[in-house]
Amino acid sequence: MGEISFRLNGQTVRVADADPHTTLLSWLRQQGLTGSKEGCAEGECGACAVLLLRPDGSGSRLEAVNGCLLLLPSLAGQEVWTVEGLAQGRALHPVQEAMLQGGSQCGYCTPGFVVSMAAEYYRKNREGFDLEALSGNLCRCTGYRPIRDAAFALGRPSQTDPLAQRLALPAQAPESLEYSPPVGAAPASEPWRFYRPVSLKELFQTLAQHPTAKLVAGGTDWVVEVNQRAARAGVQVDLSQIPELQTLAWTDAYVEIGAGVTLSEAERWLEGRIPLLAGWFPLFASRLIRNRATLGGNLATASPIGDSPPVLLALGASLVLVSAKGERVVALEHFFTGYRQTLLQPGELIKAVRIPLPLLPESRFYKVSKRPMDDISTVAMGVALSRSRAGLVEAIRIGLGGVAATPVRAYQTEAFLLGKPWDESSLRKAVQVIKAEFQPIDDHRGSAAYRTAMLGSLLWKFYSETQGVMA
Amino acid sequence: MKVVGRAIPHESAREHVTGRALYTDDLWPRYPGVLHAWPVQAPHAHARILRLEVGPAYRVPGVVRVLTASDVPGLNDSGLKGDEPLFPAEVMYFGQAVSWVLAETEEAARLGAAQVAVEYEPLPAILSIQEAIRQESFQGAMLHARRGDVERALQESARVLEGELELGGQEHFYLETQASLALLDEAGHLLVHSSTQHPSETQEIVAQVLGLPRSQVTVQCIRMGGGFGGKEVQANPYAAVAALGAYLTRRPVRVRLNRLQDITLTGKRHPFYARFKVGFSQDGLVNALQMELYSDGGWSQDLSEPVLARAVCHADNAYYIPHMDVKGRVCKTHKTSQTAFRGFGGPQGMVFIEEVMDRVARSLGLPPEVVRERNFYGVRPESPTTHYGQEVKDAERIKLIWDELKASADLEPRREEIRRFNAQNPHRKRGLAITPVKFGISFNFTPYNQAGALVLVYQDGSVQVNHGGTEMGQGLHTKIQQIAAEALGVPLEAIRVMPTRTDKVPNTSATAASTGADLNGGAVRDACEKIKARLAAVAAQKLLVHPADVVFEEGWVWSLWKPEERLRFAEVVKAAYAQRVQLFADGFYRTPGLHWDKTRMWGKPFHYFAFGAAVSEVEVDGFTGQYSLRRVDILHDVGDSLSPLVDLGQVEGGFIQGLGWLTLEDLRWDARGQVATRSASTYKLPSFSELPEVFNVRLLPRSTEPGVVYGSKAVGEPPLMLAISVREALRDAVAAFGRGSMVELASPATPEAVYWAIERVREKALVSGD
Repeated sequence: MGEISFRLNGQTVRVADADPHTTLLSWLRQQGLTGSKEGCAEGECGACAVLLLRPDGSGSRLEAVNGCLLLLPSLAGQEVWTVEGLAQGRALHPVQEAMLQGGSQCGYCTPGFVVSMAAEYYRKNREGFDLEALSGNLCRCTGYRPIRDAAFALGRPSQTDPLAQRLALPAQAPESLEYSPPVGAAPASEPWRFYRPVSLKELFQTLAQHPTAKLVAGGTDWVVEVNQRAARAGVQVDLSQIPELQTLAWTDAYVEIGAGVTLSEAERWLEGRIPLLAGWFPLFASRLIRNRATLGGNLATASPIGDSPPVLLALGASLVLVSAKGERVVALEHFFTGYRQTLLQPGELIKAVRIPLPLLPESRFYKVSKRPMDDISTVAMGVALSRSRAGLVEAIRIGLGGVAATPVRAYQTEAFLLGKPWDESSLRKAVQVIKAEFQPIDDHRGSAAYRTAMLGSLLWKFYSETQGVMA
Repeated sequence: MKVVGRAIPHESAREHVTGRALYTDDLWPRYPGVLHAWPVQAPHAHARILRLEVGPAYRVPGVVRVLTASDVPGLNDSGLKGDEPLFPAEVMYFGQAVSWVLAETEEAARLGAAQVAVEYEPLPAILSIQEAIRQESFQGAMLHARRGDVERALQESARVLEGELELGGQEHFYLETQASLALLDEAGHLLVHSSTQHPSETQEIVAQVLGLPRSQVTVQCIRMGGGFGGKEVQANPYAAVAALGAYLTRRPVRVRLNRLQDITLTGKRHPFYARFKVGFSQDGLVNALQMELYSDGGWSQDLSEPVLARAVCHADNAYYIPHMDVKGRVCKTHKTSQTAFRGFGGPQGMVFIEEVMDRVARSLGLPPEVVRERNFYGVRPESPTTHYGQEVKDAERIKLIWDELKASADLEPRREEIRRFNAQNPHRKRGLAITPVKFGISFNFTPYNQAGALVLVYQDGSVQVNHGGTEMGQGLHTKIQQIAAEALGVPLEAIRVMPTRTDKVPNTSATAASTGADLNGGAVRDACEKIKARLAAVAAQKLLVHPADVVFEEGWVWSLWKPEERLRFAEVVKAAYAQRVQLFADGFYRTPGLHWDKTRMWGKPFHYFAFGAAVSEVEVDGFTGQYSLRRVDILHDVGDSLSPLVDLGQVEGGFIQGLGWLTLEDLRWDARGQVATRSASTYKLPSFSELPEVFNVRLLPRSTEPGVVYGSKAVGEPPLMLAISVREALRDAVAAFGRGSMVELASPATPEAVYWAIERVREKALVSGD
């Protein structure tokens, strides 16, 4: 009850009486394992990256994740490697060796880069080095060129590489967990509780006891609240080990992605089969975040600038919601009811996202942000279109983020365009419609005027790209 | 083979990659009974504190001590100008720490801080440069540098332009936030581990706050996880809090800001505003420039005046302007105390003059690079002397670098390619620009241009090197290791560079102004040469030659007469010991020839200038203003590089940091004076996506700088300003959306700023063209 154990750098460690809000990073550092650093405590800088062993077919794989966003009890029964576990005595790990030639200056971000690089190094069947693996790591000194060179110079793991050998064997399946350190660890009289159910049935039993429990999927939003705004929850329920939330299915009528599937997992499984999503994944946060974050989490937090709603709205997605009473299917366009409000009832959660087939033939995702990589959008637009032979708009869906209190569909604009010829004259008018349809706000990401201008601009951009003109 | 000039990895690279390199906040788990500190931050930009009640905090389990002004045994001030109370009676900026809570855990300290009851009387706040100018809220004196008769020259110029520009600030965002750990040593004296660029000043401040002689306080900096100027003076308050806590509780005290606290508590690069009036000929020769600079200094004086001085001294950049008049003022606002940041005002001064050059060129319909090069020092016929009276030594190097870079970067052919691309693409435009850098090296504050070292040789031939410089990633210790190895003639491995401590070398200068290697390298070399001279006398006896003919190299000692007769360095050292010859030495260096009349702003403030140039090419999306950096070529002058891998890293890293400031890093304050972009999710640093696809960086060959250690030049700051080429390339691309008119581009040139710039040139094109 008050203790968990997990594997750390090949050794079993036990943790007793830690506040369940403790992150892996802060615990590691308290133990004197100070190689992992805190640069931001919100999953933006990657200085805290660690490797987490995950199941992969008959073997396993290593995923780099932000140690600052991992709640310690969620690691029970899992395997973690930190930067300290990579070198073999005096012999550096190949990624460490590669980073020596100018890859570090102040060295503070370096362990995180080494870890992210190691995850990519061990990725099975990789061709070359995918720099996306480093999209969640920031360096303030080097300017990245030497790090890129180090990454591109990497070879492949040898037969005798101990971690490569480990990956041939399966990851241990985490078991159901109830973790509750004794009273005294918590300032309130009630002890903190942390549950990790391994079935929906078990989840609903827990929720029956604790109806206001905080549901945590990847933790990439909740743990930021814990770290940055000192949010605390008496009861936290970890959804990451529930098989019913991990579905991946391609049927005749729809594609189903379980709400608990990580974005990286979904990206791998889809293999580009949904072009709109293929263009979108790399723009969603970073690899470190995508290794934890889920579609269910991104939708349930209902942020007006969440990245998944605009594409999923453009895809016409619906959601399977589940509670102890059963399932229901709702259209995503009706899911958001207000600023950070949704249709979800107490005790209900998202089980899966369904994307109807066939897909509309032309689609794009646009994200306007200050930085192309790992930034929050100022305005995001997902758009999907079908044209008749005569060139008339047969179907169009425009999903938007950053222009209203919730993610929204541009219904008026869609209605205006429906049945009209897809040409400059229609678009000229449609731009006026969409600019009038929303009243975005000013903030530090962008002015209201810019956001309004972008509504029109992105529609134009999409139009110009459908014309085969180089945009 | 020479050790100096060899491309070797960072001295701590192995420790970095394994996670074994220790930083200040990695130390506390080694000490039992550490207390953790948390600040009580004020929720007003300007307010009087009416009541501060600490009692409730003590009811939180684990809270041990709450620090307030009445606990300060010495002076309640963490600065040297008397305007930085550690525990203020009047809140001067949003988020200012008014009290600190010490507790057994960080969580308890946080909960305790939330219980400290503070009552405030809000006061009116000044939150912008414009408001400060209106209310004449300034700090320090007006700075004024001038030459010639600007008024008359403006009247006599064929063309005159006026303009203004605002530049945003920049958050340092060193990956390691401010950190200190203070404890009482075996003798009951204070040992303060601090992530500081200036251990001697940190020592001074701790002693000042505690009312102790400085000899009772030792400050050590192992290394920093980045500094960039942000830890030149601003490490001091946190070291003082930790020291005060340790002094009062007799327990180790850890102060470590989290990112949110660091961004809201500490100063940034100064935002600037400038008005200018420029007179020039039809050929683009600038005859007269009048410029008024205003910086946003924030709440305390800090380093704002020297920063402004450097801005005034760099408003010429690489250009000879016969009649020049530059005035500067520091605005006092209710914001974080803006401070040193890589370039130290130089970047702001230089962006302004590059803005002027571009406007001059576009107003005449001339290519900007043509106007730039016509005005270079060394190209114009006049003697190359700056507006503050210093001759620009090696001025011809500006044009030399320029021409070489234009050729190696294929500037002309690419201009053609871009013209074709732009003609074919209505919605995407490319832009290209080349800009120069001339940056003065030395502290404007002359006394800082000195350094000391202490070199210890042990009987086995191994060496400890102590010096006053700090390692923040810039590779200073790597260079020092090379200098010491070269000067003593021993292998690199024989040299151990020690963490910087105030009990080894006293009264040191900040590691800043790019001078770390020049100053400390000079001092270390001096110490090594003293020891070597003594050893040479010993070896000469053994080898039966004159000491001047003894050679020390890679751990071997021999004579020019009989190179085959070789002694081990350790052998000579042992013999020296036996003969009672001193095996350690101090070293000292003072930069020669500096003089500076601060009130007239006239003299020779800089030992020399560092030069460079960069060509950048961008592609801009006309729909959104988003852009990408396609290619960058840089040629930069580091003299004879002490350590080419380190120098290359400084050039590349400085460039990317500069482009962050000018394009991406959008520092915002809200209407209440709170930093709005106070996290990594809202304040964006350059990431892999800003790394140009093609990035060619070369160091200028054959460029020995006489009078500097091993012919090298300083490298820390100058490359940052190479990034001005990115801003100018963006402007060039924006211009291509219109009809070659002037382009007003805000800074930072975020996608939104670029979009509005495009909209303005489109409108102008409609008005004038259709």
